[in-house]
Amino acid sequence: MAQLNMVQAINLALAQEMERDDRVVLLGEDVGRDGGVFRVTEGLQERFGAERVMDTPLAESGIVGAAIGMAAFGLRPVAEIQFLGFAYAAFDQLATHASRLRGRSRGRFTCPLVVRTPYGGGIRAPELHEESSEAFFCHLPGLKVVVPSGPYSAKGLLLAALRDPDPVLFLEPTRLYRMIREEVPEEDYTVPLGTARVAREGSGVTVIAWGSMLERTLKAAKPYDAEIIDLLTLNPLDLETILSSVRKTGRLVIVHEAPLTCGLGAEIAATVAAEAILSLRGPVLRVAAPDVVMPLPKLEDAYLPTAEQIQAALDEVLKY
Amino acid sequence: MAEETLATFTIRRLAVLDEHGVADEPLLPALSEEELLRLHELMVLARTFDQRALALQREGRLGTYPPITGQEAAQVGSAFALDPTDRVFPSFREMGVHLTLGYPVDRLYQYWAGDERGQRAPEGLEIFPVCVSVGSHIPHAVGAAIAARYRKEEAVAVAYFGDGATSKGDFHEALNLAGVFRLPALFICQNNQWAISVPVKEQTAAVSLAQKALAYGIEGVQVDGNDVLAVYRATREALERARSGGGPTFIECLTYRMEDHTTADDAARYRPPEAVEAWKRKDPISRLERFLTGRELLDDGKIADVHTQAVATIDAAVKAMEAIPPPSPAEMFDYTCANLGRRQVAQRQEA
Repeated sequence: MAQLNMVQAINLALAQEMERDDRVVLLGEDVGRDGGVFRVTEGLQERFGAERVMDTPLAESGIVGAAIGMAAFGLRPVAEIQFLGFAYAAFDQLATHASRLRGRSRGRFTCPLVVRTPYGGGIRAPELHEESSEAFFCHLPGLKVVVPSGPYSAKGLLLAALRDPDPVLFLEPTRLYRMIREEVPEEDYTVPLGTARVAREGSGVTVIAWGSMLERTLKAAKPYDAEIIDLLTLNPLDLETILSSVRKTGRLVIVHEAPLTCGLGAEIAATVAAEAILSLRGPVLRVAAPDVVMPLPKLEDAYLPTAEQIQAALDEVLKY
Repeated sequence: MAEETLATFTIRRLAVLDEHGVADEPLLPALSEEELLRLHELMVLARTFDQRALALQREGRLGTYPPITGQEAAQVGSAFALDPTDRVFPSFREMGVHLTLGYPVDRLYQYWAGDERGQRAPEGLEIFPVCVSVGSHIPHAVGAAIAARYRKEEAVAVAYFGDGATSKGDFHEALNLAGVFRLPALFICQNNQWAISVPVKEQTAAVSLAQKALAYGIEGVQVDGNDVLAVYRATREALERARSGGGPTFIECLTYRMEDHTTADDAARYRPPEAVEAWKRKDPISRLERFLTGRELLDDGKIADVHTQAVATIDAAVKAMEAIPPPSPAEMFDYTCANLGRRQVAQRQEA
């Protein structure tokens, strides 16, 4: 087994699936001869040809819109948007069409499409290059939203997404691209969509995180008897894993780098309040970014949740 | 360095029949007598469908409805040129296209009565669901054309939209992509000259919409959209170009929206009745009738028969539509995704 970083793991998943299934076609800005701005698709155009790895004009809505038409007519397109902040231009295509094509056509047309995009902060990049607006997309019934937390889950989740019959938004935590190396099997495996992973077992408190906040949470929670859930799929939520952990620990902290208000933590907290309130020994706390626009690099450390903030929340709930 | 002329362009306008139904003979498309009569039947069917829809809406038997009256030539003439394998991406004002391609009439009414089960195109008809969001479906035709070429299928992808859609970013992105990739795609604009209350001269400063094609490096042509033979001819040419690797075409059908934008609109608030009266003289159906009568393919008796047959078809479709049992609340969930999540399963049970 090879030690790979996340960029290599995603590249491997794409290459293996393109080898296995000739319906898989990549498109986006710079995905071909440049191999993508983060080099995630490096070497794929050389290997599979320009017909399967298509450099497109600079047009996010057009890219996702075209991918919808490709998906409806027999292909398995993978559209890359260079940064989640640029996917806002394609939000209309996801909300108006991709997520509801199956419904609007009553099953006559489907949209097995993967939109891949780097997301999240901590990389010292310009405006709109560090967004974590996953909650917008989780509010679209019909669109799955997936966030790997390392190379192993990235390969397995991407293979599952590429084989899913419905559209999947695949958010790649940019800060982790080259930070973590893990054993990534060469052979075919999937990490099923809609299933969270218990990253660390514990009994005193449940902590839920995803993407690059999982890495930070694992470090911050080391001294605590915490059960840490790596959410992996943000829509649909794995409610069983969340609720059974909270019923065991009686305490819950949710960590996300998106702004607090209407973040995904609110949905999780409300679900726990409705279905497991009698198991709770203390308040459900959220460690999140403040309700401001993601700042430029000089202030990004002040914006992103810190290990100290995570520990303060753990100390607070453990008082109960 | 002196200035030089980099390129010069011209925009063609195609008309076959004049307002009196007199043909420019060399431009007549190769259509048999049966096909010419079929065009007439379909246009009458489309208008009958449309006028009945307006009546049904007033009686509360149909929901908000966007009429097509006046645009029958643009819709029937273009759709008549398509092959059954071609992929059609309609806007919401394309019922004449649906009817020409053989979409079940009762299902079309079912959709406009507020039942989305009517949106499911029958197997064998590659018609995407109606797109209510203006212009956002145009890129889908680009993708369908990419898929056709990749899979070595003959199909051409055809997007229909109105003049308002040409102001949208998706129109630009789609035509640009189609041009760059030289795709087997066809973009048919029904310039009915009104986007609700905004006239086309306030939609663009260009003298035609067709000329927008030039900026994308693709073919563009304006046709008399009330001349079914011109629309057919231009569509046929564009399809042949697409199928032979010549790339996409943008066709502007210049026509007129004779009714309100929808049944929720009152066009008398923003446009003078004289303009509508002037366009009545250019009516696409009577123009074709004059042409066919002149060729002794039609007479008053035969025209009356065509109308009687259309009314009978519509009567039967309305009856069939109203006999469809209403959907059950659980059906909301059935096509949200292939596999419902745990929460959706619970919600479905409670629905």
